[in-house]
Amino acid sequence: MSEQQYKMIHCWINGCERSAMIDVRASLTDMLRNDYRLTSVKKGCEVGECGACNVIIDGECFNSCIYLAVWAEGKHITTLEGLMGPNGELSDIQQAFVDETAIQCGFCSPGFILTAEEILERGKIYTDDELRKLLSGHLCRCTGYENILRAVKKTMYARNGKKMPKEQ
Amino acid sequence: MYDIKALYEAKSVEDAVRLLTDHPDAQIIAGGSDVLVQIRSGKRAGKELVSIYGLDEMRGVKMEEDGTIRIGSLTSFSHITQDPLIQKHINVLGEAVDMVGGPQIRAIGTIGGNTCNGVTSADSASTLFALDAIIEITGPNGVRTEPISSFYLSAGKVDLAHNEVQTAILIPKKSYSGYKGHYIKYGMRNAMEIATTGCSVNVRLSGDKKTIKDVRIAYGVAGPIPMRAHTAEKAAAGQPVCAETVDRFAAAVLEDVKPRDSWRAAKDFRLHLCTTMAKRALIEAIKKCGGEVL
Ligand code: FES
Ligand code: FES
Repeated sequence: MSEQQYKMIHCWINGCERSAMIDVRASLTDMLRNDYRLTSVKKGCEVGECGACNVIIDGECFNSCIYLAVWAEGKHITTLEGLMGPNGELSDIQQAFVDETAIQCGFCSPGFILTAEEILERGKIYTDDELRKLLSGHLCRCTGYENILRAVKKTMYARNGKKMPKEQ
Repeated sequence: MYDIKALYEAKSVEDAVRLLTDHPDAQIIAGGSDVLVQIRSGKRAGKELVSIYGLDEMRGVKMEEDGTIRIGSLTSFSHITQDPLIQKHINVLGEAVDMVGGPQIRAIGTIGGNTCNGVTSADSASTLFALDAIIEITGPNGVRTEPISSFYLSAGKVDLAHNEVQTAILIPKKSYSGYKGHYIKYGMRNAMEIATTGCSVNVRLSGDKKTIKDVRIAYGVAGPIPMRAHTAEKAAAGQPVCAETVDRFAAAVLEDVKPRDSWRAAKDFRLHLCTTMAKRALIEAIKKCGGEVL
């Protein structure tokens, strides 16, 4: 690279208005981790396969590793840190991951939880098959997925004020 | 950090055309789910990029006055699937692009990118072939259109000059009105998968649902580029809706398709898939039209 190229990027991160000079070669993962120290955004594959870097942008989930940081201009971004309460309390979906042992090493958890949050925000009840498809953009090498599915399902029923049907 | 030499962000379509003209070595980037991955792997490393991702004028689905459905090339797969116009008139396209990659890939991936990279396995491509889609291209001399069948030139190559931008995909009313379609993707797993073979069928029945008035079938990965199976279409047009017609239709696709051996699947297996998918997709499309194969 002959000359470094920077750009002022202005956006909202976890509800706060932020701006910083960003290297145009940065991915959104690079920006969130290096410039804002949001280390819940993990670097797994860095080619859009594993979902570890997943964040919510304007209500939709994106793999931040294959998203240029400059594209974040004007966008509202949520990372896992944004789900936390003012005193560091866990949100319902995070607590469900703990309760259902949906976390082992935890590397996939931030990404999974944000996809779960996007699903839960829609306020709909999905079947197991639909949930599996909606969660299919994440790899977990530890849990075997069943506990993750159960955590999402449990929170989905709780948020909708419905009783979760007995598992067969 | 990506290994990018320089990044130019287009402010409008005209600006993109100008930037591409001024930078003959630059690579255009839309959603980046192919381009950024190729930069990471080294294949396109160290290049200049012209980003069109910020051009909202190229997003969204609209119905034009003559009934043509206009899909902006930057519309993401997930937005196509959720779009009310798509759901009402060409639901098969929404279903097909809902099988691309996984949810986050469908949020960033664009239908324009899916067609411009010229690969035969693109989940949108076979359905667009089966819909006789028209590609709208904007270049230094203005706008031109091209039927999708002549837009694809050879594996990985489409009819797009360096300083041209694909701006929209148009579905004429006569291609969808009265038709229902079905897409089948065969892959080794249910998500984050590239199609071993994909098959898309559109069919229109007579008023009494007893005769096939017209049928269009297209494949991905049945040849170097997506393709139609015209022999099969002719074999079924005007024929009664029955199991025999469906069988004849499915057998006739072998006249047209020319899949090859690859590490993903053997040629013989793909040939088997082609006939089986033709049969299943036609039966489903007929059902969606309110007909029944007895
Ligand atoms: S790190 Fe982004 S998808 Fe794997
Ligand atoms: S908990 Fe270890 S990868 Fe999912």
